[in-house]
Amino acid sequence: MAQDRNDRPTVATYADHEVIVPPNRLKKAVAVTKPAGFDPVAQAEEALEGLASEFADWMDRECAKLDEARQRVRMEGFADETRDELFRSAHDIKGEAATFGFPLVAPPADSLCRLIEHTPDMTRIPLELVDQHVDAIRAIVREHARTDIEQVARTLTRRLRDVTDEFLRHENRDRPEILKIVMAPSLVPSDRSD
Amino acid sequence: MIHIDFNKLRFLIVDDNLHMRRILRTLLHGFGARDVIEAEDGAGGLEGFSQGNPDIVFLDWEMPIFDGLELIQMIRQPGANTNPFVPIIMLTGHTERTRVTAARDAGITEFLAKPISAKGLYQRVFSVVAQPRPFIKTASYFGPDRRRTTNASYTGPERRRGGAADTIGQVGLIEKARTVA
Repeated sequence: MAQDRNDRPTVATYADHEVIVPPNRLKKAVAVTKPAGFDPVAQAEEALEGLASEFADWMDRECAKLDEARQRVRMEGFADETRDELFRSAHDIKGEAATFGFPLVAPPADSLCRLIEHTPDMTRIPLELVDQHVDAIRAIVREHARTDIEQVARTLTRRLRDVTDEFLRHENRDRPEILKIVMAPSLVPSDRSD
Repeated sequence: MIHIDFNKLRFLIVDDNLHMRRILRTLLHGFGARDVIEAEDGAGGLEGFSQGNPDIVFLDWEMPIFDGLELIQMIRQPGANTNPFVPIIMLTGHTERTRVTAARDAGITEFLAKPISAKGLYQRVFSVVAQPRPFIKTASYFGPDRRRTTNASYTGPERRRGGAADTIGQVGLIEKARTVA
């Protein structure tokens, strides 16, 4: 079938680059008028709310996965595969915890991610510090109904983060450019709950 | 006011985490989407992209086998794929400036830091549908124009010789990652 002129990108060629305007195949989805009373964001939030009864169970499963990854590291030591598995588990929790209604879990998960990601020699990662992170995450989830959980979680997280930072500073002491990246603040507040 | 009809778009979600895929699918259905394909790793994502021909790709960064960044490099191959221009929205727990920059330089269209919200997700889709950017091809880059704003006080060298793309004013990726929930 012959290609329509509008289906082809237009290309402007310059000395060292091309500027390409691709065919806009998404314009089919642009509508000028919105259906009356339709609020897509509110509707999506409502749909998500419908999943909320499952979130506690999902959080438990993520914690179990993290624990399994930790056990594997304990049994087999740090290698590419075991490290990646542990990192991905912690990283998933960091990204999902607030959505699941456990925002206090994201900061210790973030701290564990930093420990794994920024230690140049993974065999030097202290297993005891890994254990402390994993146990803290599981404890915060388990005890999330406690009235003082916010204070307990923040104290725990601050301590874990301080110890991790101290360790990372030492391990990266000869890599100032990396250390600058490691210690740079996150673009997104790590304990936001929205 | 422009409205996006999600029912006319096909989405591909590539994320190794089952729960995140379910959340994304639920949000997209809430927006009105019906055509949503899922893949649980980079290899499945490449297959879904090649065979499903999606309009928009949602991509996680951390995945086994090959990760999100590697998948972007496979998709952004001019001449080798059916649609190397497909909008790619990266959804990730990575929130460091260096990561946002690396994702931008790999050729993503939008970046959304987890935890995701309905509002943040809608805004990213709205942006790629209603404010498409031209692509730039150089010896070392192929992807959406990374210049979203013009800086009148910029005094450095012009890195594009022989002309520049029109800049479509948009909030930069880093600012978006920092401010939008």
